[in-house]
Amino acid sequence: MSAHTMDISLTVNGEAVNERVEPRMTLVDFLRENLSLTGSHVGCEHGVCGACTVRVDGVVVRGCLMLAAQCEGAKVETIEGVSDNGEIADLQIAFEQRNALQCGFCTPAMLLTAQELLKAGGVPSRDEIREHISGNYCRCTGYHAIIDAMESVAQARAGGKK
Amino acid sequence: MKPAPFAYAKPRTLKEAIALLGKHKDNAKLLAGGQSLIATLNMRLSAPTLLIDLNGLKGLDRIARKGAKVEIGALARHVDVERSDVIAQYAPLIARAMPHIGHPAIRNRGTFGGSIAFADPAAELPACLLALDGEIEITGPKGKRTVKAETFFKGLFETAIGPRDVLTAIRVPAAAKDNRYGFSELSRRHGDYAIVGLAASARTTSKGLADVRLAFFGVDATPLRARKAETALTGGTIDDKRLNAAVAALDLDPSDDVQATAAVKKHLAGVLLKRVARQLLETRT
Ligand SMILES: Cc1cc2nc3c(=O)[nH]c(=O)nc-3n(C[C@H](O)[C@H](O)[C@H](O)COP(=O)(O)OP(=O)(O)OC[C@H]3O[C@@H](n4cnc5c(N)ncnc54)[C@H](O)[C@@H]3O)c2cc1C
Ligand code: FES
Ligand code: FES
Repeated sequence: MSAHTMDISLTVNGEAVNERVEPRMTLVDFLRENLSLTGSHVGCEHGVCGACTVRVDGVVVRGCLMLAAQCEGAKVETIEGVSDNGEIADLQIAFEQRNALQCGFCTPAMLLTAQELLKAGGVPSRDEIREHISGNYCRCTGYHAIIDAMESVAQARAGGKK
Repeated sequence: MKPAPFAYAKPRTLKEAIALLGKHKDNAKLLAGGQSLIATLNMRLSAPTLLIDLNGLKGLDRIARKGAKVEIGALARHVDVERSDVIAQYAPLIARAMPHIGHPAIRNRGTFGGSIAFADPAAELPACLLALDGEIEITGPKGKRTVKAETFFKGLFETAIGPRDVLTAIRVPAAAKDNRYGFSELSRRHGDYAIVGLAASARTTSKGLADVRLAFFGVDATPLRARKAETALTGGTIDDKRLNAAVAALDLDPSDDVQATAAVKKHLAGVLLKRVARQLLETRT
């Protein structure tokens, strides 16, 4: 093995993955190119736009600011995983109903980020929602519809628990 | 863009990390949260041949009160500092600053030590350490040494950390009953680096405020104390006249940057000074 490739083992959306990567490969490129999981998008590649958001060991991270090499033994989840297992089905429906997406470029990342806040429980205020998604750019919707969607899901989930 | 090629090492001990630094000298870079470093690699502003990932080191992420001080391990992540009860109780200034650092996904990875080592001139934590008269523990080939925040920040992105050193911990005095803190910043979007910010600490006495420390960020190459304004707020009752005098005494000399002109920054610094001075006068719960 040369100094510039290494073998990594991790789980992605619940499945074991063993791959050979260059250390310089970012996590989001690894997911898109090696595993063809293209739901995670690449925008700015320096941490500003949030389009590359994925979940590593249960928390959202920037896929462009983490190396695949750092994911040895990690549990990685992408939009494909949380869509397939139904975890965010209510959020997806609300985004569609409230026009919280247009081109959809920001959407997978926005959904994962939204889920992190809503998973914590309770009904966050609109200001708290704004703050939580402050790191995810959307160039289409103007954000209000996204906040509406998140708020309605938070209310529905809280209501459902009573 | 994509980074230039590099090799990757994940040492298990601090000693190993320092040995790797010694062997590879200027060609190696330490990787902590990666929230600044990987961005600069992606932009090819930096092209090390080896990354030494510190995330395999155990025990460097503790947050604890140790006697009269609070110690934060270099690898403590922003999110853990933000949620720490120890920090809320004994380092309330830091607790107040944390939500302003980037966005949740950034705080899930970024580390306290990384922010101090990176020393961005517009960053919150270096200014908090200066306001708190904190100290930085550095471990090198010859062992540990401690540097005061006052002398740690040397210039633009330049600190007292040598090429074979690892920043291992940060210590600040634990908050006592009579300590007062203030924090405010102005940024374009929540979580962005500040245009101008101010972290402050003081002690309340029967004769007014004492030991006032005002640490501005975003106004110079390093966080900067406004000493004349500190003096203007020391002792006696603080009314509008005193506040205006303190603003007039602000000894800052910002330069224009991408965010704002020098004149705007100077004006905003005055606005923040008034806000923060009022916070210093509030009783702490
Ligand atoms: C979109 C975005 C917004 C941000 N907004 C803010 C903000 O508002 N305020 C703010 O303060 N920060 C902000 N950050 C930066 C964030 O706080 C970083 O986490 C922090 O600056 C660096 O910490 P890190 O652990 O990620 O370090 P890394 O990126 O891993 O390292 C940064 C530098 O420090 C060195 N280093 C790291 N740890 C050590 C150590 N223990 N010993 C010696 N050297 C070390 C590295 O070699 C490297 O040169 C933002 C980042 C992004 C991407
Ligand atoms: S691509 Fe990662 S934040 Fe923009
Ligand atoms: S829907 Fe187009 S960027 Fe958000």
